[in-house]
Amino acid sequence: MTTVSEVPPGTGESPTDATTRQQRQEPLLRVEGLSVSYGRRATARRREGSTRVLSGVDLAVRPGEIVGIIGETGSGKTTLARAVVGLKRPDAGRIAFDGRDLTRLAGRGLRAFRRSGQLQYMFQDPLRSLDPESTVRQTVAEPLAVAGTLTRDEREERVTEALTLVGLDAGELGARTPGLISGGQRQRVALARALVTRPRLLLTDEPVSALDASNRNLVLSLLDRLRRELGLAVVVISHDLGSLAGIADRVAVLYRGRLVEQGRTADVLERPRHPYTALLTASAPSVRREPRLLPALLRVPASREPWPEDEGCVFAPRCRFAAPECRDEPAATVVDEPDPSGTDTDTGTATGTERATVACHRAADWRAELG
Amino acid sequence: MSRPPETAAPARTASAAHGPVPPVLSVDGLHVTVGGPERVEAVREVSLTIGPGEAVGLVGESGSGKSLTCRSVLGVLPPGCAVADGSIVLDGDEPAELTALTPKEWESVRGRRLGAVFQDPASYLNPSLTVGRQLSEQLRVGRGLSRTAAHSRAVDLFAAVGLHGPGAIYHRYPHELSGGMLQRVLIAIAIACEPELLIADEATTALDVVVQAEILELLQRLRSEQGLALLLVTHDLAVVARSCDRILVMYAGEIVEEGPTADVLAAPAHPYTEALLRVASTAEAGTGALETIPGGAPETGAELPGCRFAERCPYADAECLAGPVATRLVEPGRRARCVRPAGQPSGRRQDAGAAASAENPSAENPSAENPSAENPSAENPSAENPSAENPSAGNVSGADATAGTGATTAGTPEPEPEGSRV
Repeated sequence: MTTVSEVPPGTGESPTDATTRQQRQEPLLRVEGLSVSYGRRATARRREGSTRVLSGVDLAVRPGEIVGIIGETGSGKTTLARAVVGLKRPDAGRIAFDGRDLTRLAGRGLRAFRRSGQLQYMFQDPLRSLDPESTVRQTVAEPLAVAGTLTRDEREERVTEALTLVGLDAGELGARTPGLISGGQRQRVALARALVTRPRLLLTDEPVSALDASNRNLVLSLLDRLRRELGLAVVVISHDLGSLAGIADRVAVLYRGRLVEQGRTADVLERPRHPYTALLTASAPSVRREPRLLPALLRVPASREPWPEDEGCVFAPRCRFAAPECRDEPAATVVDEPDPSGTDTDTGTATGTERATVACHRAADWRAELG
Repeated sequence: MSRPPETAAPARTASAAHGPVPPVLSVDGLHVTVGGPERVEAVREVSLTIGPGEAVGLVGESGSGKSLTCRSVLGVLPPGCAVADGSIVLDGDEPAELTALTPKEWESVRGRRLGAVFQDPASYLNPSLTVGRQLSEQLRVGRGLSRTAAHSRAVDLFAAVGLHGPGAIYHRYPHELSGGMLQRVLIAIAIACEPELLIADEATTALDVVVQAEILELLQRLRSEQGLALLLVTHDLAVVARSCDRILVMYAGEIVEEGPTADVLAAPAHPYTEALLRVASTAEAGTGALETIPGGAPETGAELPGCRFAERCPYADAECLAGPVATRLVEPGRRARCVRPAGQPSGRRQDAGAAASAENPSAENPSAENPSAENPSAENPSAENPSAENPSAGNVSGADATAGTGATTAGTPEPEPEGSRV
């Protein structure tokens, strides 16, 4: 089995360095005020014909950190990832990777950055994102072939290394096509393909949503191991709170293109500050029998007048606690960190260096209405 | 719309009344074969009963036979699959043996006495007709209502399933409604003829959690208001945890455990249920170590000498492999297909687990994981299975696609059993 030292991460530091250094490290990825539209590109003066799917999103990810992005279908999770990897050009905002603004890259500079493979995106649904006619080895080797910098032998070596890293036997599975391996194995092939370029940041889109509980835990613990051993920064996009609770240091909650809340995973999931996060956590099915908020208490009563469309807070139409002030759009505000030291001693990872934010006028007082 | 609090929903009275009152549905010794001439058994010796107003959860991973079981009840088995043995009796005013019905007789059962909703609501509706028209059609054909009576009843039903502005919804086409709204429309169609039993096969799998919770609450409300019996088929133990009176756990074509939900979740009697529960709760708790179940399920229809879970079971010993394991009584109302239904010897799990990981370093180390899951594929070369959509291993988990992945498993919540193509 491959040991860590054989697979140096892009930054060339050992795992212990990674954990101690990341606290004072600058974020590897810093997204500021990101807005993205589909349809005609929106400008400051003209918005007709375009649909805004992301608005003013801020996000930071440090080496060795796992950040979860959660939201329902259509909330903009995938668009956020696609904008970061350069598959979708944003209307506004900055995407800095290691201090470099990716939105300003173009032409040769953009191609060179992409081929360097420092930033990798793992598509959702490996059954459809893997070429059914390519073998596992060909699939995993593709990013290296595109970069074209390594010899054939070096490439083969890196493919074996990547497959070993995700726990697949290169000899046994290497010659098979995606149709002949199980769903869990397929997801790990997709992961190996992303890791083969030795990235520093990995964005994974719904990596576990198609897997059963056992395989889900397997893939999640693999991501957890990679960030610990290689100092890899990971963004996990998911609609499932349960899969993030296990591994993410921080979570960001998206609702209709707005980042409504972000903070440390335990804080956000156990004591949500935004009513939408509260509804999400209360609705999640659970095998644990613990008293918690009932979703019915967080929904809008049928008797209430419908909220005017597209006015103010994006969540107001579904928010039980919407008040007149919610007709103005709330800005994301920094809230006090419950743990001032900012260090999660359990995992030894930097978690408090990014402040928790919430975008809600009623963040401080909606709980009082629950009685 | 008023929603009763979640906790009030599971009616314990239903299961209490289960003794004297005849069950709505009783399945006895059901065997389903797949694969035409060289057929193999994908469902073995499945017996279950559902009492009036009772909610029963049928839980299992994809390929465990849960969908074949409920499709047998509905008489809509995919081509190549057949009920080989056993009886399915729908009781009530006119008891009916479903396995013996002619297509003509099915017309008075399916949609009338049995309702069903599936994973992908959009694929069950005609895209070129309004949803209201599709519901009234069911009312006119099924209940003989006039055009105007059907219209007003349809609007009432849309309101009953919690659709806001039912009068306007009536004139909407399927593409104009969200997934959660379409699932409500499908539920309205399913309950239009006031069936005795509603079967929900992965009905909430493709929905967002918030909408999933709403649909589960709706089903509970229909139960308490209309005395509807419910069979909830899902791969997610957490979905049934709060909404079912009893649960049945399926593994590799067999029911391995059955009992009241709270009892089964508090103290599972079968090691597979125990493993499922451990896997489900470690991720939720966020305690760090994410557990997995080593190995994979046996191939569909594989003939094994003893317990079908033995290969992956940390407690397995010679007794488990000696011969087929029958269902045994754990305590009144609880059964488990295990040689030690009263509980596993304490301390064994540690020993057995250690032995297993020495043999194949799988438990912690993903590099050697899943030895048995890989075997079926190895034994089953590509020639037998040309479709990349339907890989060979019976336990392939990718099939239970959930929300956000753009589920392509429209209308077939489980992959067609592989043997049926041979």
